[in-house]
Amino acid sequence: MSSRIPLPYSPKVLKYFKNPKNLGPMENPTVEAMAGSPACGDMIRLYLRIADVGGEEVIKEATFESYGCAANIAAASVLTELIKGKTIKEAWKISWKEISDELGGLPPIKYHCSILAVGALKRAVRAYYGGKELPPWLPKELTAEERQTMEEEEMIERIYGRSPKMK
Amino acid sequence: MSVEGLLREHGQPEREVYFDHENSGWVPPEVVEAMLPYFNRKGFGHPSITNKPGWEAYEAVWRVKEHLVKELNAGGPQNLVFTHSGTEANNLAVLGSAIASGRKGGKVIVSSVEHLSVIFPAEFAAKLLGMKVIKVPVDEEGFVDPEVLSAYMDKDTVLVSVQAVNHEIGTIQRVKELVKVVKENNPEALFHTDACDAFGRIKLDVKELGVDLLTLSSHKILGPKGVGVLYVKEGVKLEPVIRGQLSTQTLWPGVENVPAIVGFGKAMELAFKDFSNQVRRVKSLRDKLLNGLLNEVPETLLNGPKGDLRAPDNVNISFLYVEGEAVTVELSLKGIYASSGSACTSRILEPSHVLLAIGRKHEEAHGSILFKITRYHTDGDIDYALQVVPEAIKRLRSISSLKPSHPKQ
Ligand SMILES: Cc1ncc(COP(=O)(O)O)c(C=O)c1O
Repeated sequence: MSSRIPLPYSPKVLKYFKNPKNLGPMENPTVEAMAGSPACGDMIRLYLRIADVGGEEVIKEATFESYGCAANIAAASVLTELIKGKTIKEAWKISWKEISDELGGLPPIKYHCSILAVGALKRAVRAYYGGKELPPWLPKELTAEERQTMEEEEMIERIYGRSPKMK
Repeated sequence: MSVEGLLREHGQPEREVYFDHENSGWVPPEVVEAMLPYFNRKGFGHPSITNKPGWEAYEAVWRVKEHLVKELNAGGPQNLVFTHSGTEANNLAVLGSAIASGRKGGKVIVSSVEHLSVIFPAEFAAKLLGMKVIKVPVDEEGFVDPEVLSAYMDKDTVLVSVQAVNHEIGTIQRVKELVKVVKENNPEALFHTDACDAFGRIKLDVKELGVDLLTLSSHKILGPKGVGVLYVKEGVKLEPVIRGQLSTQTLWPGVENVPAIVGFGKAMELAFKDFSNQVRRVKSLRDKLLNGLLNEVPETLLNGPKGDLRAPDNVNISFLYVEGEAVTVELSLKGIYASSGSACTSRILEPSHVLLAIGRKHEEAHGSILFKITRYHTDGDIDYALQVVPEAIKRLRSISSLKPSHPKQ
């Protein structure tokens, strides 16, 4: 096979992989977003139900679907656990590192899985404010996680574009 | 990082069936038994030293070489080199012949589906010696077309390396025809075949094939890890690529791994006992698993050819809409051990070059799962796999964000 790499996952990855929390599509979500691509082998779709609670916009429900490796599924599931019940503003602050730490520290080659999860969340938040006035805490320019998510998606486009498959 | 906690969380599956013989595997008890005396009872000396334990070691190595000569029609033990792995034997073949050619700016031709232990040394030879590496394309079943190969041949070609059987998709190359084409174009060019996955599956006769160099690996025939063999046809010049104290061999220094070589000899004996019946049985189990999975699970692709041009032990299927690493983990939890050509298991986050070379798209390669059948598998093992694998795919598809029902991104 291709050049292998060891993947010493923590037991938490396996736990979430076996019993993912908040799995599945949501009926009538307030907003949904997707990050990654089939060609990367990593893709997360995130669904949020957002409600106004005493003037604050709170994530009442969060679910996901994931096409990806065990770490990808675990990262998406952990993200939904972390953001449930938080205000959008609080959720925005969650970093890829927090997700990785929550999973007992992902192997470095799998960091992109937690980056992708956060990338999907940030996309969902931006979609939520699409056409509305941005709250002051929401930066106009893309965050590191959003940029990296886009880079991964674009990289695979480039690889595809560059290497015509022999047929 | 330790994976002790991971193993605890994984737990002990009730039933276990090992199908990951592509990557490595367990060793039959007879092989272990055969090796044991050579650790501390006899032949534990150095095979080129003049004392009794040394001569016993020499004798043990010699016997295995004689046995190999018979199985390969290799002419004589002097035409065989033991290395410490198939990877090392391929390095010796490719780098050793490129260097020995004395050429600057020659050409090395490999197929695009070779094992990395052929492709990387070819690229390294190119870098060291200013040579050109050509990766010959294959068709959608992994075959090298003799005419296509012929078109790449010229007087600068130093070496052509095309494997006998592909390790991932089981394509049995028409080596004899390829050798003929190469020699017709340039009689000076050497032909190497990596036969690691062919040995013990199909008949190999080096004279009949006409190859100059041929590689074997012990753990690909249920022998211990850490023994490789290179057949070097009489008169073929190689430059040793590892330097040090020579022992019984001139192309590979260092003390021979005697217990492992003895184990390899035993594994070979078992592999060739009642050969045609064993192969027939393995092939029927292969087809049972292969057809069973293709019938049971919707949205699949068979990777590699069908029927007699496929290695008798190889099952490689892409399950669309799921990612292979997740599948191997899910299967492992149920005691089915297999591997994937997905990018997620790789160092470079690129899927298997073999699957890309046969024209699979990235997402098709990501969902590939490889099973290897041995003569030790039973009908019950295959039945168990046919129960577990479809369930695993079903669960992961239920998680997947990539489904036919979802519109494209
Ligand atoms: C086709 C092929 N060539 C070479 C090798 C390398 O052999 P080893 O693992 O002994 O280094 C393998 C092993 O997987 C193989 O399948």
